[in-house]
Amino acid sequence: MTTPQAPAEAPALTIKTRRTEAPSVAGGLLARLAVDRLNFWYGAHQALKEITLPVYANEVTAFIGPSGCGKTTLLRTFNRMYELYRGHRAEGRVLLDGKNVLDPDVDVTALRARVGMVFQKPTPFPMSIYDNIAFGIRLYEKLPKSVMRERVEIALHRAALWDEVKDKLSHSGMSLSGGQQQRLCIARAIAVEPEVILMDEPASALDPIATAKIEELMDQLKQRYTIVIVTHNMQQAARVAGYTAFMYLGELVEFGQTEQIFTTPREVKTRDYLTGRFG
Amino acid sequence: MNPDTQNPSPPGREAIPEEGGAAAPPAASRAIRLRVPRWLDPVFRTATAAAACLVLLLIAAMGAVLYSKGHLATTTFGLRFLWSQAWDPVKGDFGALPAIFGTVVSSAIALFIATPIALGVAIFLTEMAPPWLSKPVGLAIEMLAAVPSIIYGMWGLFVFAPFLAARVEPALQFIAGGLPLFEGAPMGIGMLPASLILAVMILPFISSVMRDVFALVPAVAKESAYGLGATTWEVVRSVVIPHTRSGVLGAIFLGLGRALGETMAVTFVIGNAHRISPSLLAPGCTIASTLANEFSEAISDLHVASLIQLGFILFLITTFILACAKLLLWRIEAQVKGR
Repeated sequence: MTTPQAPAEAPALTIKTRRTEAPSVAGGLLARLAVDRLNFWYGAHQALKEITLPVYANEVTAFIGPSGCGKTTLLRTFNRMYELYRGHRAEGRVLLDGKNVLDPDVDVTALRARVGMVFQKPTPFPMSIYDNIAFGIRLYEKLPKSVMRERVEIALHRAALWDEVKDKLSHSGMSLSGGQQQRLCIARAIAVEPEVILMDEPASALDPIATAKIEELMDQLKQRYTIVIVTHNMQQAARVAGYTAFMYLGELVEFGQTEQIFTTPREVKTRDYLTGRFG
Repeated sequence: MNPDTQNPSPPGREAIPEEGGAAAPPAASRAIRLRVPRWLDPVFRTATAAAACLVLLLIAAMGAVLYSKGHLATTTFGLRFLWSQAWDPVKGDFGALPAIFGTVVSSAIALFIATPIALGVAIFLTEMAPPWLSKPVGLAIEMLAAVPSIIYGMWGLFVFAPFLAARVEPALQFIAGGLPLFEGAPMGIGMLPASLILAVMILPFISSVMRDVFALVPAVAKESAYGLGATTWEVVRSVVIPHTRSGVLGAIFLGLGRALGETMAVTFVIGNAHRISPSLLAPGCTIASTLANEFSEAISDLHVASLIQLGFILFLITTFILACAKLLLWRIEAQVKGR
């Protein structure tokens, strides 16, 4: 297990931090996203309660916790994916570079270009590998063929998939293996040049080798992007994340550097969860 | 989360990791399975196989009967029956071309009109309409499909045809200005009214099947396009329709199948004239309308045989179209699975 490289002198942050004004620069760390007293409802059921936490730029932040604790819900407020469904509603603030993305005047399509998402199940579109990547780019830019080719190639390179698919770009995206499909989805998200990539249990449907590749990839990607990952796998959080948030029943129990969360948790609940006493 | 506590594994075997899913079935459920008598399965298998064979037999018998009863027409006219435009019960000279032409043209126009509208209805109902609207509208569409065709026919003859004759057809003639497509007196009875009625009749079938297949598109597939910042239209075009291509095609062919065989409503408004006219306003006929109109009046053996032969041709046309649809679906599926 590799120790996550946390920058020296990173402040120990806990849930007790109220009202983070973003973009807040704390100890040299830039909070790309700052969640501020966020509440979320599925109809009458409150799924998130007063969540406040920062997501630091060029870091991997992991959300862990038992099923139903709200970690995926939290992730889906960052790109307002919840809006597709009726009765889902968020209150509070999610600041992306200082601007509240929950404001009604925010252009959702533009927001989703800045905050990409990768899902639990690989979901390539029913089209060629090339078109899978070009699809997102075409939503925003009209590029000549040669430039488009280059963009597709760069995205595939960054997703560590290029060498495996460079000879079959015209093949269907569905023809790839599960792990390759997931990296295709990552490439697709990268291709539109987002600032933040949200990953909702990106490796839970994959075998251990494919999982290792995805984790390795996250480590490379964080140099360019800010990554938020929801995971059920605590070892995975420990391996990839610099910061970890532990959530329970819609509340943020503890947030801090991954090393601290795993070795010296402040809250009893965190310790119990990590040692397998519940969850 | 914790395989060791969730899946107690028998000693000597490795614990199944998370992905492994369910453990071996407990002994209790095995005991229940043993109680089902062994002989029941072969009986069940034979019964289902017989049911399936019965369907095949019925189709073969239908084709054979139609062919043999219409044989007199074949021996009398030969292949000329297919392209002769004659239809003279007095002289005993019959040809199928006007009826074939009418069947194909009216169905094609109906499909051309109904498909885009059905697509719009289905997309609206599944992707855009709020539940309080989509439920009742969906129900209304299903009820539209349940209205007997004779009602459509009466509505077409007494309400729709006069309206067409008074308003729509003169307007079309005014706009198209002397095109042969809209020549002749605007009577409200003819190929165009029949096609429009057909379109109205097949619309609910196509749209309700399309709505059902659209509703089956997994939410994650749509979300992954929304997640890239796609709009509803872009999601429908790039995810929903490609995902459901075979279902959408199936819906269209279901509509086509209904349009080809639709009898009562068409008989009411098409005019029942055995001739081919380039004008959509002129009366025509379809195979089904000819059969419905003339069976009770056919006296000579040759007339009856010719009508049955027409029926056989309709049988072949629908079979041919169904076969084309299947072929198309296979090709699409092969394409999606990757080359």
